[in-house]
Formats: sequence, C-alpha cells, structure tokens
Amino acid sequence: MNFDMTEDRQMLSETLSRFLADRYDWETRNRVAYTAPYTDAGRWSELAGLGIPGALVPEEQGGFGGTGFDISVVFEALGRALCPEPFLPTLLASRALEAVGKDQTGLVDGSIRYAVGISEIDAPYDLAGMATCARANGAGFSLSGRKTAVYGAQVADRILIAALLDGKPAVFEIDPRAAGITPYGMIDGGGAAEVLLDGTPAVLLARDAGALLNSVIRAGRLALCAEAVGAMQFAYELLLDYLKTRRQFGVAIGSFQALQHRTVDLLTEIEQARSITIAAADALDGPDGDLKAAMAKNLIGRAARLVAEETIQMSGGIGMTWEYAGSHYSKRLVMIDHQLGDTDDCLEEVMQSYAA
Amino acid sequence: MDLRFTQQELAFQQEVRDFLNASLPEHICAAVRSGAELPRTVLQEWHEILGRKGWLGTTWPKEYGGPGWTPVERYLFDVECNRACAPRIVPFGPSMLGPVIQNFGTREQKDSILPRILSGEDWWAQGYSEPGAGSDLASLKTRAERDGDHYVVNGQKTWTTLGQHANKIFCLVRTKKEGKPQEGISFLMMDIPSQGLEVRPIRLIEGGYEVNEVFLDNVRVPVSNLVGEENKGWTIAKFLLSHERTNIAGVGISMQALEEVKSLARRMIRKGKPLIEDPLFAARIARVEIDLEAMKITNLRMLYQAQKQGHPGPETSILKIKGTQVNQELRDLARRALGPVAAPFPGTITEANLMFGPLNSEANAATYFNNRKTSIFGGSNEIQRNILTKAMLGL
Repeated sequence: MNFDMTEDRQMLSETLSRFLADRYDWETRNRVAYTAPYTDAGRWSELAGLGIPGALVPEEQGGFGGTGFDISVVFEALGRALCPEPFLPTLLASRALEAVGKDQTGLVDGSIRYAVGISEIDAPYDLAGMATCARANGAGFSLSGRKTAVYGAQVADRILIAALLDGKPAVFEIDPRAAGITPYGMIDGGGAAEVLLDGTPAVLLARDAGALLNSVIRAGRLALCAEAVGAMQFAYELLLDYLKTRRQFGVAIGSFQALQHRTVDLLTEIEQARSITIAAADALDGPDGDLKAAMAKNLIGRAARLVAEETIQMSGGIGMTWEYAGSHYSKRLVMIDHQLGDTDDCLEEVMQSYAA
Repeated sequence: MDLRFTQQELAFQQEVRDFLNASLPEHICAAVRSGAELPRTVLQEWHEILGRKGWLGTTWPKEYGGPGWTPVERYLFDVECNRACAPRIVPFGPSMLGPVIQNFGTREQKDSILPRILSGEDWWAQGYSEPGAGSDLASLKTRAERDGDHYVVNGQKTWTTLGQHANKIFCLVRTKKEGKPQEGISFLMMDIPSQGLEVRPIRLIEGGYEVNEVFLDNVRVPVSNLVGEENKGWTIAKFLLSHERTNIAGVGISMQALEEVKSLARRMIRKGKPLIEDPLFAARIARVEIDLEAMKITNLRMLYQAQKQGHPGPETSILKIKGTQVNQELRDLARRALGPVAAPFPGTITEANLMFGPLNSEANAATYFNNRKTSIFGGSNEIQRNILTKAMLGL
C-alpha cells in the first residue's frame, strides 16, 4: 500500500499548477470562461506543449499516461484553478479512439480538438434511452438526432457521436461542419453546443459499443470527481481565509462554534471525497471500475453541493457576488453533477449491484 | 499510489485468517453473532487465547510481549476479527493502561502489571469521567490526599465500562487544587475491591448493564500505585486518550454490520419482494456503503500517514466523526429492516413465539439504542470538531 504520488506525477501536477497560476490567472480565467468561444487558442497550444493531453493517453497511443491516477492528477489541478479549457472532451475522445485503435497524434499535440456527444435531452445520462439513429448510406452512414450540451463542441474539429445502429449503441465520427452546431456558454464557465444531426454523414468507429461507451463514461466520471476534489479543496481554503479575516462583534467569525463545526464537517466530506476518488482511480480499468466510478460520482455529488452551498452561506453576502472567486467555484461544484450521471443516477447504479 | 496491500501484509492477513479459523471457538463466535451482551467468561476465554498467541496487546512493542505490528497490520487484524465474529478486545488493560505503563511506569510497575494484563489475570477498568467532568475532563473533582505512604481518595467516577468485571481500576484524581486545573491531576491505580470503593451498575437505555458508577469513600491507595509524577497526570491522560482513538473508525465493525444489513434485507419480504429491492431502502444502503467505502480509504490514508510520521495526527478526529455516523446509520438500517420484529424487548421472546421472526432479531433494536453512545464517548463528536477546529483554523 502506498499513498504517495510517483515523482513523474508530482512533476506533472506541479508543472500544470505553475502554468495555470502564471498563464491562467484569475482575470484570464473569467474572461475565457464567460466569453465565446470559451477557450483560449494560444493557451490551449501551450498546455498541449506541456503535454497535458498526452498525460491522458497511454504510451502505445502516443501519450505517456492514461491510467486512473494520471487522469486524477491532471483534473485535480484543473479543478483547483477552475480552468475552463475542454480537457474533459479530450479525455472522453481519447478513451474512445484508444478502444478502436485510432491514431491520436493530433489529439496529443493539441492540433485536433475533439468533442464527444452522448447526452440527449430525454436521456441525459444513460445509453438505453438514446434516440439518435444511424442509417447505412452507400459506403458510409448518416446520423439523425440531437445531442445536447456537448462540451467543447463549440470549437471541435471532430465530434464523436453515440448513436443507435441496428438497435445497439455505436460510435461515429463526424465533421462538425456537416452538422448544425449551436454554441453557448455554461453557467459555470466554459462552452458547449447543441449538435443537430439531420442525415449528417458519419464514419463508423465502433459497432455494438456499449462497453466502449461505458469505459468512456467511467473515465469521464473519474475526471469530474478529481476536478471536484481540486475545486473543493480550493474553495475550502478560501473559506478558511475568510473565517480568519472577517470580523464581527469584535472577533474573527471563525471563533464562532456554529461556523467551526460546519467547517469541520466540510473538511470531513472533502477527505471522504478524496478517498473515494482515489478508490475510483485505482479501480478504473479493473473489474470494479464501473461500480467504483459510480460510487465516487455519487459521493462527490453530495459533498460538492454541500461545499458549494456552505461556502456561500458562511461567506455571507460576499459569497453571492461575482467579484468573489468562491462564487465561481460554487457554481462549478454544483454543475459537475449535471455531467455524465448525477448523484441519484449513480446511486441507482450502485443499488443495481444488489440485485441477485 | 497503489491501494494493494504488500505481499507481506497479505501474508499477515492470511496468517490472521488461519489463526481465527483454528482458534476462535464456535460457541464464542455464536455468542458474538447473536448480538447479545457477552458474559465475562466468554471475553476472558478469548483474551486468554489471544494472550497465549501474543496478540492481545496489539499496540505493544515486542520487548513487552506485544506482536510489534504496524498500524496497517493492526487494521487488518481488526477487520479479520470482525469478519470472523470474534469479540472485541476489551481495551482498558491491553490498549490503554499497557502503553501508559510502558511509557510512564517504573521498572517494578512494568514487571508486575504488564504480564498480568497479557495473561488475563487482571481486568482493568477506566476511571476518567465524573458526573461533572465528561468531555471537560480537566474539571474532575475526585481528591487524593497524601497520608504517609498512602493516598486517601474521595469522590465519584462514572461511565466505567465493564467495571463489573474488573479487579483493578486506573483513575485520574486531583492532587492539587491551586493553579491551572490540568496541573493538579495524577494517575492512580487501585484494587477492586478496596475498602470504601463501590461499583454500582448503571442500567442503559436498552436495558443492559455495560457501564458503572464508582464511589470512592476514604479509599487508601499505596503511593507506589501512582504512575509517573504527582500532578503530572494530565500528560498521561492525553497520551492514553490518543491510544483510545486508534482504530476509532471501526471500519471492521461497520463492514460486518453492512453485511448483516444486506443479508437481513435479502431475507425480509416487503410487498412480496425482498426488502433490498425496495428502492428507498436500497438507496439508503447504497449511500452508507459508499460512505464506508470512502472511509476505508480515508482510514488507510491516515494509517499510512501515521506509519510515516510515527504517530497519528489530529485527523483521527475525522475518523471518529465519520466512523460513528456510518456505524449509527447501519444500526438504524438493521432495525428498520426488521420492522415490527425489532420491537420485542431482548430476552422476552420465548421458544413458543419464535414464529414472530428471526431468532437473533431481538438484539437489533437494542444494539441500535446502545450504539447511540459511539458519538458521545471517547470525546463527543462535538469535541472532535473542536479539536479539528484548533488544528485547522488556528483560532
């Protein structure tokens, strides 16, 4: 048993954190996060130059990472800095491309941007309710349907789409220029798009891709959990700082037991969140991978909402302001629950493990 | 990071399993499984078995007859014992007084006291709390006044767990009234029975006798029974409390309780289906299972840290808070799973009306009520939050 980070990962974490502190300062973050196209092309290239996409991809595919702990390290640092760059779609695409053995050079060097469309309005988190359909079309295929809140699709060069083929989920690649892309910004920063498919030409990547898509979702859930851990930790440190400096009735408000005990409860839940994320990272591609990822996403959903709401409450009116960094962390922490399966959805998956 | 146990740790785990398979008597196991209060004879028998194996003082170094285990090995031992339904080790002699004597005792005290703990000859009880001094231990009032080579002790102790089984008790007593309250406390050992010392049972909420009051009326105690220096008992008290908090998460107990809840929920039928298929109930099980899963890792992370630093830090308070929350939720679920069958008073179900429900169901509600104590004892969870506040906020 060993809970220390390897030297390589420690270096990766430090490199990324330093870059984000220097080149992605708070003003930059807010400008990029809330202004179309919700990404900064120059900084994206710099991040690719640092090898960040490569850390999400195994060596055989041209990267130098790709394990659960590599994913955790990267996304925890991104979460701490609340970086809105679309690394989640990069990870999801990489997992899909890896499964079909497709070249990832462009993804690793940052020159090709991917997005992955799984969610639909009536089936946000599960593949079973999916309505987007593929039809054989001469030598290729065409897709019809609508994918919703496709993160990163506003700037994607390629979009991977989950669609039904012969009644089973399959994965296709499309050129966004052939689809209807309606971009928008997200309440918590960053961008996405609705992707309208109406006979859109598509290349088939994988048939009968239920397991493949599960592996994509599993890795995405882990990444979101790690991002939340980083964001929770930072929000918590901001709160501690506030409790020590803000004075009322002649004393620091941190001396009030009512606030102290609630602060400790946050610490307890953050440590639990960190632990379950470690468990999910460790199990990522093992037999318990899906279950541990669902467990993690459920606990993270509960903890992140608690941290988000309590840090607002305990910061008083300040926590409600745009000016205060903590408010943006709160938004991200709550909205993470809306990606790749929410608290209840993941709980249900754990419950299904009880069925005889 | 790597969550796998080392080959050495896995070999150790197997050794513990083999030992439990071979050495845990079936009748003891059955008594534990019933959930009923364990008689002294059962606890004694198990202590002697562990003592012979050298596994009773699990935190003791080898020179004093302990196994010299690492924190991770102690954790594995705890989990395996719970899985096998072994009784818990009554901690007052082996886990609390033992380390105190090893660190603060004289050569004579080490020679006379430690072997008798390991052999099970002496059963120790703890005399810390008083009616007016619970979590605020420094305000204790029991007095010990010097009279030649004796102390004369007057006062009252309370919440003395399993004191009815003990022949010895260690107490915190006030030897000085002046100065800061922490600076006038001494650590004193006494015999049960002694002239003027009376142990009276306190009946608990579920009807059992687990704790006692101890009345001290001019009890004469030889000065040689003092541990460490006079008025320096507070240091010892804090040392002992840190030992009380090792393994405080109770992961092993909760893992076992989770299995019980699941198997109960598979047996009990609601609306024609096993209870575990009821979504509301299953959701509660799933939530607490997830919390427990995280806590296992939290616990291991902290053991790993302790192993590296050589001592546990204030974060053990996190384990106490979360561990008791998880445990109490599991006890609640077990009680709820039984429904009306949980209602009868323990011991009042006879063979004649056994059709009422599973035989061992009657201990479930009792265990639920009894386990409300876990968030109160060992420093209430509110006190743990105060400790963490100090460690974190620096206020």
